[in-house]
Amino acid sequence: MTVSILIFLPVVAAIIVALLKNEVAKYAALFFSVAELVIAGLFLSRFVPDASTQFTIDVPWITKFGIYFSAGIDGISMIMVLLTTLIVPLIILSTLQHKHSNAGAFYGLILFMQAGMLVVFTALDGFLFYVGWEAALIPIYFICALWGGENRIRITIKFFIYTFAGSLFMLVGIIYLYLQSPGKTYDLHEFYKIGLDAHHQSIVFWSFFLAFAIKMPLFPFHTWQPDTYTEAPTAGTMLLSGIMLKMGIYGVIRWLIPNAPLGFIHWQSLVMILAVIGIVYASLIAFNQKDGKRLIAYSSIAHVGLIAAGIFAWTTLGVQGAMIQMLNHGINVVGMFFIWDIISRRLNTRDISQLGGIAKVAPKFSIAFLIILLGTVGLPLTNGFVGEFLLLAGVFQYSAYHYLNITLAAVAGLTIIFGAVYLLRMYKNVMYGELNELTATFTDVSGSEKLTLCIICVLIIALGVYPHPIMHISEAAVNNLVQMINVRGN
Amino acid sequence: MNTLIIISVLPIVLLYLGLYKATKSLLPVTIIGLLAALGFAIAQWNNVALPIYHGMMMFDNFSIAFSGITIITTILILMLSGGYFEKISKHTAEYYAIILFSLAGIIVMVSFYNLVMLFIGIEIMSVSLYILAGIKKNDFSSNEAALKYFLMGAFSTGFLLFGITLLYGTTGSFGLEAIRDWVIAHPHIDPMFYTGIGLIIVGLCFKVGAAPFHFWTPDVYEGSPTLITAFMSTVVKTAGFAAFLRLFSACFAPLSDFWVPILLGITIVTLFIGNITALYQQSFKRMLAFSSISHAGYLLFAIVALGSGSANSVFVYATAYSIASIIAFGSLILVQQQNGSDNFESFNGLAKNNPFLAFVLTVAMLSLAGIPLTAGFMGKFFMFSGALAKYHVWLVIIAVVNAIIAIFYYFRVIIAMYFRSADRAEVLVPAYYKIVFGFSALVTILIGIYPDFIARFI
Repeated sequence: MTVSILIFLPVVAAIIVALLKNEVAKYAALFFSVAELVIAGLFLSRFVPDASTQFTIDVPWITKFGIYFSAGIDGISMIMVLLTTLIVPLIILSTLQHKHSNAGAFYGLILFMQAGMLVVFTALDGFLFYVGWEAALIPIYFICALWGGENRIRITIKFFIYTFAGSLFMLVGIIYLYLQSPGKTYDLHEFYKIGLDAHHQSIVFWSFFLAFAIKMPLFPFHTWQPDTYTEAPTAGTMLLSGIMLKMGIYGVIRWLIPNAPLGFIHWQSLVMILAVIGIVYASLIAFNQKDGKRLIAYSSIAHVGLIAAGIFAWTTLGVQGAMIQMLNHGINVVGMFFIWDIISRRLNTRDISQLGGIAKVAPKFSIAFLIILLGTVGLPLTNGFVGEFLLLAGVFQYSAYHYLNITLAAVAGLTIIFGAVYLLRMYKNVMYGELNELTATFTDVSGSEKLTLCIICVLIIALGVYPHPIMHISEAAVNNLVQMINVRGN
Repeated sequence: MNTLIIISVLPIVLLYLGLYKATKSLLPVTIIGLLAALGFAIAQWNNVALPIYHGMMMFDNFSIAFSGITIITTILILMLSGGYFEKISKHTAEYYAIILFSLAGIIVMVSFYNLVMLFIGIEIMSVSLYILAGIKKNDFSSNEAALKYFLMGAFSTGFLLFGITLLYGTTGSFGLEAIRDWVIAHPHIDPMFYTGIGLIIVGLCFKVGAAPFHFWTPDVYEGSPTLITAFMSTVVKTAGFAAFLRLFSACFAPLSDFWVPILLGITIVTLFIGNITALYQQSFKRMLAFSSISHAGYLLFAIVALGSGSANSVFVYATAYSIASIIAFGSLILVQQQNGSDNFESFNGLAKNNPFLAFVLTVAMLSLAGIPLTAGFMGKFFMFSGALAKYHVWLVIIAVVNAIIAIFYYFRVIIAMYFRSADRAEVLVPAYYKIVFGFSALVTILIGIYPDFIARFI
């Protein structure tokens, strides 16, 4: 059993689904994505949580350049695979009540994108990683541009160019590493062995960092994000925020820091400061947002800023926290965007000031909204708490050892408070208060909506109460990686 | 050699067919003849290659690979010609014949082993093209294109010839081997020789349309009939680069300190001029003309970073570029026939009624833009790898910036087709076009996924 099943099933599924029509395509896509989840579950059941890479595949691809189709799953990748295979069926489930023109193409693109992301999360070859990286970008561009809102043409091309630009520099970095590698190969583990000096590592660091910082997005590379999230169709927004931005974070863990540890140490404090600025900046903007979807977009920047800070602190706690928080953030943010999708589909507005009193007419909806909200805020016993706690602990550990002292960690901690303020205020304005003419027409959730929300809420609470099994998956791999870099860094 | 003989005899057969008014049989005969020529070329593959006819030509794997790709591209373009030439005039046999004569020149260009053959090949090709550019006799811009092309071409041939003469003057030979031996034997090279190289660079850059010798390209490409433009920007360009590379890797490799800085400058200027000007075009055809200039810039990478992989890089890049261009020009012909305009707007809303056409054109645009999983990406990847291996880091960074600029104008077509709406009827896509488009799109994706299957030829 190799990882190739996991990668190629969505490709085949995408081609089949693209040829189907409307309702059939929808349910076929759901079927395939659930099948993919089941296969991921099988992999998980056979997975041994040590630091090794399992289920590997390694076949020659472009022999002239030493490129292999080489992929495998270790603890870190396992979490990402789980995230991808879990979120995609949830997204498809959440679109069941939508009518997309040309549904076959829509769901085909989603599945194709899933394949691209799985390649990114499992690739052990630099070239394969890059190809997966772009293979995920093209479908999401078309999803956003074909089924998006009014300003989609201008905004999606900006998004595409922004991310494509970043990744081209990464490609140059990857080719550079290949040329430096002793065996002239794109193998990741050979890359790790290249002993460049600090100056050249800095160059490698920046070539990768640009791509990842744009994807996450990290302040000041975030300008494409709120517009794109707002204009994209909800499924596209979910794919972007739930899974795709994790490609950037995963890239930092697997490709950026281990390939340029000296460059990383040199620039560490700068990127930490950028991450923390991003947290505060995005939170402050989120305060003033009237459009609910846009508010969630900014809150996502803030939360991702914290994950980035936790990783760049590069302590076992921080990285572990990032791993679990990636999964949790994926679930929560998909839940949040789904909530706003339900509201805007029923009432044709996302303007918070026009809403109010929905809790009175839709009790089930309001409970689900609250649980997702509390998960996002990071209340103890919800999933958000576990991750944010570890991340902050990681940032504190880093701060304690560096001249930046404790302020950095304290400021990063503001994200939780800020988040609570603007999210709870949003909840208050939307759900409580008096019903108006518009919101009185709100009908409670039903059918597939109810099922989707139910799954999300169960996950939020289950992962909050008992996160141990998930943490256990990545523990050994994270430990191993952090140790390796710390040894090489010194 | 058999390939060249077939391709030279075939046009004469066609002219006789035209004489006896057998117009229906022209296309099948041409294609069968070309396939036979292709078969003979492939049969020679991996045989031990020796210079023939007193070192005038050599059919090695390099020449076979480039003969192969130029013949295949010509076949694809001719398949698009069904009904196209008939609209221009009744003398269709002549058009086929002239295209094939041009192809014969191209085969000589990619197989030369002596500077005289290079010159003869280029001339056979060029003279045929001057005629082809002007086949729309009553069309003003077609005449302009022909005249401009002829004057500029004659001018550049002069440069080339002068350069060749200077090389002969210093080395006493036209043969590539003799020149190479002379270069190796003489550590202090005569300035006359350097001047010769410089003049040859000017001449060849004219032919491949590299800046600052590119001024003829946009007008000629725009004015010529679209099918001829397709031929010029694919087959002719590929052949030009093959000849360029063959000459430089055979003779001038030891002198790279002299000519690399010159070509580096030309490459950078070409990239920027091609891309930035393409950005401002309203006409799809003119955009393709300028983008072909920028592709010439990428192709020059292989010569700037001359090495064992250069031939391969040019081969993959030129193949990718040619098949994508065929789709682009083919779609343009269809849309032009329907709308009478070649602006970007005339592609608006194409996806709704012609999903297949829109899809293949999207694949072509993605390939030209160099997006992964298409052949164009592999071409760029090969080029960038080669350049980085020779430590041209800044060149690659400039190329990356240009690749980003290029997204704007290639995506304009995609955006027009999918995201803008317009009232339009379905564009009729003849069966021949469907075959060519489907084949080209398939090859584009296939090379994008598994480039090894063509990268092994050289």
